[in-house]
Amino acid sequence: MEVKIISECNANGENPEYLFWVGSAGSFDVRSKKITRAFVSILNKANIDFAVLGKEESSSGDVAKRAGNEFLFQMQALMNIEILNNYNVKKIITTCPHSYNVLKNEYKTLGGDYHVYHHTEFLLKIINSGKLKLNKDISNKKVTYHDPCYLGRGNSIYDEPRKLIRFLGINLVEMKRSKRKSFCCGAGGAQMFKEPEKGSKDINIERTEEAISCNIDAIITACPFCNTMMSDGVKLLKDGEIDVLDIVELINESV
Amino acid sequence: MGSRIVFLIILILSVGFFTINLQKIIANIRMGKKIDRSDHSKKRWLNMIRVALGQSKMVRRPVAGFLHILIYVGFIVINIEMIEIIIDGIFGTHRYLSEILSNFLYAFLISSFEILAFLVLLSCVVFLFRRNLLYIKRFRSNELKSWPTTDANFILIFEILLMLAFLLMNASDSILYERKFSYYDVNIVNPISSYFEFFLVNISNQKLYLFERFCWWFHIIGVLGFLNYVLISKHLHIFFAFPSTYYAKLDPLGKLDNIPSVTNEVKIMLDPNIDPFQKTNSSVDVFGAKDATDLNWVQLLNAYSCTECGRCTDNCPAHITGKMLSPRKILMDTRDRIEEIGYNTRNKINDTKSLLGDYITTEEIWACTSCNACTDACPIELDPLSIIMDMRRYLVMEESKAPQELNMMFTNIENNGAPWQFSSDDRLNWKDE
Repeated sequence: MEVKIISECNANGENPEYLFWVGSAGSFDVRSKKITRAFVSILNKANIDFAVLGKEESSSGDVAKRAGNEFLFQMQALMNIEILNNYNVKKIITTCPHSYNVLKNEYKTLGGDYHVYHHTEFLLKIINSGKLKLNKDISNKKVTYHDPCYLGRGNSIYDEPRKLIRFLGINLVEMKRSKRKSFCCGAGGAQMFKEPEKGSKDINIERTEEAISCNIDAIITACPFCNTMMSDGVKLLKDGEIDVLDIVELINESV
Repeated sequence: MGSRIVFLIILILSVGFFTINLQKIIANIRMGKKIDRSDHSKKRWLNMIRVALGQSKMVRRPVAGFLHILIYVGFIVINIEMIEIIIDGIFGTHRYLSEILSNFLYAFLISSFEILAFLVLLSCVVFLFRRNLLYIKRFRSNELKSWPTTDANFILIFEILLMLAFLLMNASDSILYERKFSYYDVNIVNPISSYFEFFLVNISNQKLYLFERFCWWFHIIGVLGFLNYVLISKHLHIFFAFPSTYYAKLDPLGKLDNIPSVTNEVKIMLDPNIDPFQKTNSSVDVFGAKDATDLNWVQLLNAYSCTECGRCTDNCPAHITGKMLSPRKILMDTRDRIEEIGYNTRNKINDTKSLLGDYITTEEIWACTSCNACTDACPIELDPLSIIMDMRRYLVMEESKAPQELNMMFTNIENNGAPWQFSSDDRLNWKDE
């Protein structure tokens, strides 16, 4: 698919308005790559002037930082900031709440000051401004929305994803623990990369059970890590009966 | 005259002890590392007014929140009565405020005190019932076994006794006034304690006088004793909730501070032109926290402010799914440890323990998902998550003791710029798949 790479833009004297920060999950994880493609396809349909870093992108450092490796985080941060500032990047969009949080809140004191959008914010923006039109009716679905911790509690973005779902006319069933009280999927704080400590249950199972109890066709989330955890949960509990989708994939179905 | 001297001695001793012991706590908090929270003073005042004074986060649980507000308002308003009690105690007067205030105002004050005293009493009874007879999981956790449970029950029972003493004192006073006994010449308006008079009407003047005096002394000695008790109790939150909310983190919950001394080192590593031996003004001690003194003073203030309500633990996904982690325990351990360090330092006792290891295990530290459910749930914005993160930093940067899978993840980021073992050359593969 058609994607501009910022180094090439730079060589041609172009300066794209937005940088799409793909993130490591969005670049390498099989499931997350589909989310990346869905988002890029929407950006292209809406004629958004954007580029990606491509091979120059590197881990944002979020997992390293949450795992206690502040050295590695700051190494990553300073290298990324140098590249971003070099290309004179001002606005960044990302599909990953962890990258979002780091780029928006934690790069600032290290010299990286950007206007950062999470894709749910950005999608709402381009729908509201008329750049993106929703055509196909997919309102027969019944879904629940799982708030990613770093989007919801971490950065108080609760309404944008829900507004998007409402735009689609889809029946949204809230879980008992939602918004501020949302229950973690179990991946944050670098848990994604290690076995959980021993306990009575895995966190993603607890959360998937709660979602399933809403009697829905799909679990909607807005974070690649949440997607993995909930997909694993569904595979164990209701394989093949419930979809786990990123919000951008829903939107992509209706444009 | 004798009783006035006794009163004065008790007053001076209890305020003196309170001051000395409070200073010990403040000295303990000062053992924490520096952190600058002098910014945004207007925002901080507003936060304190909203969260501590206004109890905005308490009412997220409406029943407990409402009862808590009753006790809190009662505590503040009824303590106005202390002014009168102290004046009467020192100068040997009887209900001094009734002489200088208008009849209406005095009646208004006493009746508000009484109504609030009754509501406080009622709330404490409900809380006592709820804590001990209802099964509420967060009040049955391991970290609440023994002293914390005794502490919680003692506070509630003591508040009930104080309120009872206050109401019985008024009831006796009112009867003695009607009987025109001795110096009882103030006609008090007592909407609540008038119902208590029923139990007292058959008692002789002399005995009732002694009973009234007993209640008066019990109330004042009780309050002064309680003031001192607060310093060794979770109840310290009645004072420390205010500075804790003032100095709370104002950033989005997701933001974790960058360690400045690491920035210097990383800049030296990345830039060959920087002289590595140049003087930096940051004194590099330990990265992260092993002991309570490696934490900053706001984290220690937090530890002393925690009233062990357990809303953090109640919302913690690791705890809910049976892991060892409990954010409340992190704060309680931090407080117990800094108390121990303070005690050992003052008494020159050799100390070989540390917070991480002797109080908190690595299993607890690694179970956290950093989801911020705990920090969001805390009614006074305490931050156990920052302590957990500082301990991870210590384990990883000082001792290289991360779980093996995380070490592999670090290596991947160092080598390929991604937490998985993929080459950065493949970063754009999604484009054509």
